[in-house]
Amino acid sequence: MSTRVPVTITVNGKVRTAEVEPRLLLVHFLRENLGLTGTHVGCDTSQCGACTIMVDGQSAKSCTIFAVQADGCNLQTIEGLAPEGGLHAMQEGFWEEHGLQCGYCTPGMIMSGVDLLNENPNPSEAEIRKGIDGNFCRCTGYQHIVKAIQYAAKKG
Amino acid sequence: MIPTEFDYKRASSLDEAVSMLVASGGEGKFIAGGHSLVPLMKLRLSEPSLLIDIARIPDLAGIREKDGKIEVGAATTHHAVETSDLLRRLAPVVAEAAGEIGDPQVRHRGTLGGSLAHADPAADMTAVMVALDAEIHLKGPGGWRAVRAADFFQGIFTVDMAEDEIIAGVQFAPVQAAAYAKLHQKASHYPIVGVCAVLQASGGTVQSARVAVTGASTHAQRLPEVEAALAGKALNQATIDAAAAVAGSGLEDINSDIHASAAYRRAMVKVFTRRALERAAARA
Ligand SMILES: Cc1cc2nc3c(=O)[nH]c(=O)nc-3n(C[C@H](O)[C@H](O)[C@H](O)COP(=O)(O)OP(=O)(O)OC[C@H]3O[C@@H](n4cnc5c(N)ncnc54)[C@H](O)[C@@H]3O)c2cc1C
Ligand code: FES
Ligand code: FES
Repeated sequence: MSTRVPVTITVNGKVRTAEVEPRLLLVHFLRENLGLTGTHVGCDTSQCGACTIMVDGQSAKSCTIFAVQADGCNLQTIEGLAPEGGLHAMQEGFWEEHGLQCGYCTPGMIMSGVDLLNENPNPSEAEIRKGIDGNFCRCTGYQHIVKAIQYAAKKG
Repeated sequence: MIPTEFDYKRASSLDEAVSMLVASGGEGKFIAGGHSLVPLMKLRLSEPSLLIDIARIPDLAGIREKDGKIEVGAATTHHAVETSDLLRRLAPVVAEAAGEIGDPQVRHRGTLGGSLAHADPAADMTAVMVALDAEIHLKGPGGWRAVRAADFFQGIFTVDMAEDEIIAGVQFAPVQAAAYAKLHQKASHYPIVGVCAVLQASGGTVQSARVAVTGASTHAQRLPEVEAALAGKALNQATIDAAAAVAGSGLEDINSDIHASAAYRRAMVKVFTRRALERAAARA
């Protein structure tokens, strides 16, 4: 048995403490320990981006991080995006522009869109496509996802 | 996919990291960004019994100018390299190449030192460091050692680094007339081939050139046939075309996989050598 490690991780503004096995993946910590199932596991091989969250303000694939590595970090998941009673501009964009079909890729896609606009508030179409390089969508063909991000960028 | 069990420790200094590794008696492994190691551990291709987290060691952080050279700490993320004002000013090729790695999420976590230590045959920064003639700074129980990048990469996932050594950082000279050209594998964005060219030119003549390739063979390496075809020649399109035409003729063990056959890679080494040289020449 490996030694459990105490961690303190802020998730969507709430401080969470736990003792975790070092091999526990961050995505499983979120989904199973905290019940935050908005973050999805698609491929489990670091490719698809369905598990994308923000770690200290930067997008990251939570299936490729051990929870112990996030000790002391500030995380944001899809559940922490919307203001009380409303939608985040990126969520509104996906709603208005039909940026999803099955919705499986959507939480990760939205987090990547938010990360992109944090760095580059007025991206070109090419920059948007490069910004979602790490996210696969098997349904939409990406066209409406690009429009959704453009909508959010326009809304500012 | 769940890795085998392991213990986890976080090192707070370079010396502590090395002594933790020595104490583990060959069972421990460093983890920096984890973006090569975690996937391997999930597949149980790597089963360390101890992970030593080096991502937050202050000695491994930062990009700075020192004695006319540039130093980049091993734990610097690809994203920090890509967006560094200092690098964009003094060695733009390094920032540009880092911006071509993987995707934003990978660049936010993956580190320069991790990429060099792992030495994937298709890593990007390996070729850039070889073409820049960078020095790789290693620390072990016996002290410091510096290795030239061209000597560091020796084979597939094989580098000149002892079991108990750590990469602290890299050092290279500022450079403008350099460029990196890469054929992306569309899903992962690893290079099918990537070529980095560095030119020293004056009065319209190439004094010397360093050109390195990655993705094509077992490890990043220089293309001496291209360098020889450039040295002493007028810097113009005819020279570039002639040099690119011989690119890869000295390469052995060309990779062949589901993404590209050996014949295709051979052809692309020429194409991407030409593109890298054209872009470097535009800055000479
Ligand atoms: C989806 C995906 C796409 C990618 N695309 C690309 C790409 O296009 N181009 C590219 O070049 N790479 C790519 N990568 C790999 C990425 O760049 C990795 O981040 C990098 O190869 C390893 O860096 P790391 O910090 O994550 O290392 P880790 O995974 O933490 O470590 C890798 C190895 O290096 C050792 N190590 C780490 N740091 C040190 C050190 N300072 N001293 C000694 N040993 C050390 C570790 O013990 C381990 O054996 C991709 C990865 C993924 C998951
Ligand atoms: S589940 Fe993490 S990248 Fe696919
Ligand atoms: S909406 Fe189904 S995978 Fe993107």
